[in-house]
Amino acid sequence: MNGERREHYLNVNYGVRSWLLTTDHKRIAWLYLVSITFFFFVGGFFATMIRLELLTPQGDLVQSETYNKLFTMHGVTMVFFFLIPAIPAVLGNFLIPMMIGARDLAFPRLNLASWYIFIVGGLFTLAASAAGGVDTGWTFYTPYSSIYSNTHVALTVVGIFVTGFSSILTGLNFIVTIHKMRAPGLTWFRLPLFVWSHYATSVIFILGTPVLAITLVLVGLERIFGLGIFDPARGGDPVLFQHLFWFYSHPAVYIMILPAMGVVSELIAGFSRKRIFGYTFVAFASLAIAVIGFLVWGHHMFVSGQSVHAGLVFSLLSFLVAIPSAIKVFNWTATLYKGSISYDAPMLYGLGFIGVFTIGGLTGLFLATLGFDVHVHDTYFVVAHFHYIMVGGSVMAYLGGIHYWWPKMTGRIYPEIWARLAALIVFLGFNLTFFPQFVLGYLGMPRRYHIYPPEFQVLNVMSSAGASILAVGYVLPLVYLIWSLRYGAVAGKNPWGARGLEWETGSPPPTNNFDTTPRVTAGAYAYEKEPGEVYSFGKTAHV
Amino acid sequence: MFQNLPLFPEQASTMAPRVDALLYFLTAVSIFFASLIFIFIVVFAVKYRRRSDAEKAPQIEGSIPLEIFWSVVPLGITMVMFIWGALVYFDMSSPPAGALEINLVGRQWMWKAQHAEGQSEINELHVPAGLPVRLTMTSEDVIHSYFVPAFRIKMDVLPARYTTIWFHPTKAGEYRLFCAEYCGTLHSGMIGRVVVMEPADYQRWLGEGATGTSMAEAGAELFRRLGCGVCHRASDTGQGPALAGLFGKSVKLEGGGSALADEGYIRESILEPHAKVVAGFPPVMPTFKGLVSEDGILQIIAYLKSLRKEERARAER
Repeated sequence: MNGERREHYLNVNYGVRSWLLTTDHKRIAWLYLVSITFFFFVGGFFATMIRLELLTPQGDLVQSETYNKLFTMHGVTMVFFFLIPAIPAVLGNFLIPMMIGARDLAFPRLNLASWYIFIVGGLFTLAASAAGGVDTGWTFYTPYSSIYSNTHVALTVVGIFVTGFSSILTGLNFIVTIHKMRAPGLTWFRLPLFVWSHYATSVIFILGTPVLAITLVLVGLERIFGLGIFDPARGGDPVLFQHLFWFYSHPAVYIMILPAMGVVSELIAGFSRKRIFGYTFVAFASLAIAVIGFLVWGHHMFVSGQSVHAGLVFSLLSFLVAIPSAIKVFNWTATLYKGSISYDAPMLYGLGFIGVFTIGGLTGLFLATLGFDVHVHDTYFVVAHFHYIMVGGSVMAYLGGIHYWWPKMTGRIYPEIWARLAALIVFLGFNLTFFPQFVLGYLGMPRRYHIYPPEFQVLNVMSSAGASILAVGYVLPLVYLIWSLRYGAVAGKNPWGARGLEWETGSPPPTNNFDTTPRVTAGAYAYEKEPGEVYSFGKTAHV
Repeated sequence: MFQNLPLFPEQASTMAPRVDALLYFLTAVSIFFASLIFIFIVVFAVKYRRRSDAEKAPQIEGSIPLEIFWSVVPLGITMVMFIWGALVYFDMSSPPAGALEINLVGRQWMWKAQHAEGQSEINELHVPAGLPVRLTMTSEDVIHSYFVPAFRIKMDVLPARYTTIWFHPTKAGEYRLFCAEYCGTLHSGMIGRVVVMEPADYQRWLGEGATGTSMAEAGAELFRRLGCGVCHRASDTGQGPALAGLFGKSVKLEGGGSALADEGYIRESILEPHAKVVAGFPPVMPTFKGLVSEDGILQIIAYLKSLRKEERARAER
């Protein structure tokens, strides 16, 4: 590390302008990382208020109206401004070009535009919060949202509508990049599973997001002009909204979990030094989840008055989508067999992911079971289930991924002991927060309740206690990761001894990722070979 | 402390043990598979921990027989869940014949129940034990959802549409009634109770609350007041079809097709009379939108149902 100062993407130029006008996918990943972290803590603040209010059965902290706004803003912020973009926009942006040996995404300026669109959407939504908030729940069910609510629905809806374009453009960029910009020798079945999962996610981004956008436009138009699309008094159909909304919003769950599965595949392989057991099955499972995921939206409507036969079809398809998810869990577990397993912090998050995802996935079967869903529908059972998948699953993977690639992103290593401690705190805090909610839901506590009968208090107190532990687990990494930027040990180019093109370049990488175009001669996770036998870097300049 | 920590909701309907049986099965399967995965992970994690940094792991491609095995077995088990759950759901969606019929209107933020005998109650529902009860429900504003945890049932209550829910309470007592679909500011205040009474007590309760006017009588009065009888005469001699015996039958529509004359059809015909015109009659009926409340429509429906009963009685004579 002595001698000449190495130039990389972080020090190639300085100043606010060089960041705000950058087209480097790695810098854009940082723009997302900073803004998404901001939204995460905003959403976390709302969650804190909710859990504090629910410590007691009475509404003694805030008024009902405020409480309803809190859970709505919590959901809107977390879903649209954290969970959906988190892994694709931060880790996907940073890693996909590097993993496939490209020097950037196919459309670098479009990538920057996606971030600006995301920020504009976020500002609309924050403006709606500042102006007094919105109280419809993140699901915006009509006719409450389109006619009855007296809050800032239109402004919020505009924010989400705008942000949707960011998703669509990111998905488009990823798909074109993965198709057209792979390094010589990097065939489809040599791709890391991280890339496969982002490919599947991008399909959902492109096909699903426009439907949500149109649906929200209809809600906005109905509010402003009284169109009568959802208003039964004018011949509209209030349930139509639910079909349109869930057509996007159920696949959106897979937008959150598929990239997480991609991260976990990398973590499990990297820290067991093994190729993923049944690679092709795991790759195709991602595509299967993306495709079948479009056909299960009606399981949100088993008690909405839709026909019994529709209920049967949606129940059947919901069970089918569980199979590729189960395949992935079995394959990850089998990958550990005869591995050389180390327990660095990212691996702890990876194993924690399998734990919470298994519980979240199995309780998904409960909800797909028609006769059972009727009882727990719209109760805390559902709240617990989707937090296990969306929050437990994708946040665990996101944190694991951030830790795994942190040395690559920053050239620094964080203090390992603190990172392991934080991973354990997050796992324990998460389970203490959300497991009691399964019981609470089966007992019958409906979701979105500001005040509740006293018999539900003990479980709510447990949940709130867990949330405060979880908060510690979320703040810790913020502290030591920032600390590591200045004081962390300098990382080599491949601190974990992992395989993958991203580990073949400097930490941090140069602006063009690689000095020369890499050639690939083996599949991902070729741990039986030395890196030099898998990748060769010719003398030709990188084009 | 422990009476404050119930772990299981009360079983108070015929549906409750069936849903609980599903719970036991689903939980057993889940615990089995979760334990299997967790045990494997822990065993592998300990057995194959890295002992030296230079260590290499043998590479294993995968195994097609294993992949097939762990796809087919979960598929088989989930199909059992699917069929079992569907059977319970089917029964939840099919009210038995002869159920006690009660009408219900949801509104921000209260439940109003109307018994056939004429009693109405707010945020409460009195029913006899040991008899199936069927609620015909609608909302005056947003979507609500009728949820009685002790009965393990729930159904959304929609504006401009009728949904039904039924239950067969098995033991007397008071059970919580929640609104489960978020419906605005006081959503969590839309709590009521279902009071299940011994049949004799229920009869006494009905007598105490008697208003002297049943739902059907109130409907007949409304029918007369709105002038419906001018066109809908006892036989098909008026501008509109005769209504006796209509309920529950299929009617032929102008321009082909047919419609089942159920609650939803009658409601639509009162509010949107030109949507489905009965064959052979001119589309001259005015809308009664704004002139009749949801409660009123339910009363008229009760009146039309009572005409069906009279018709049947006459036919049997």
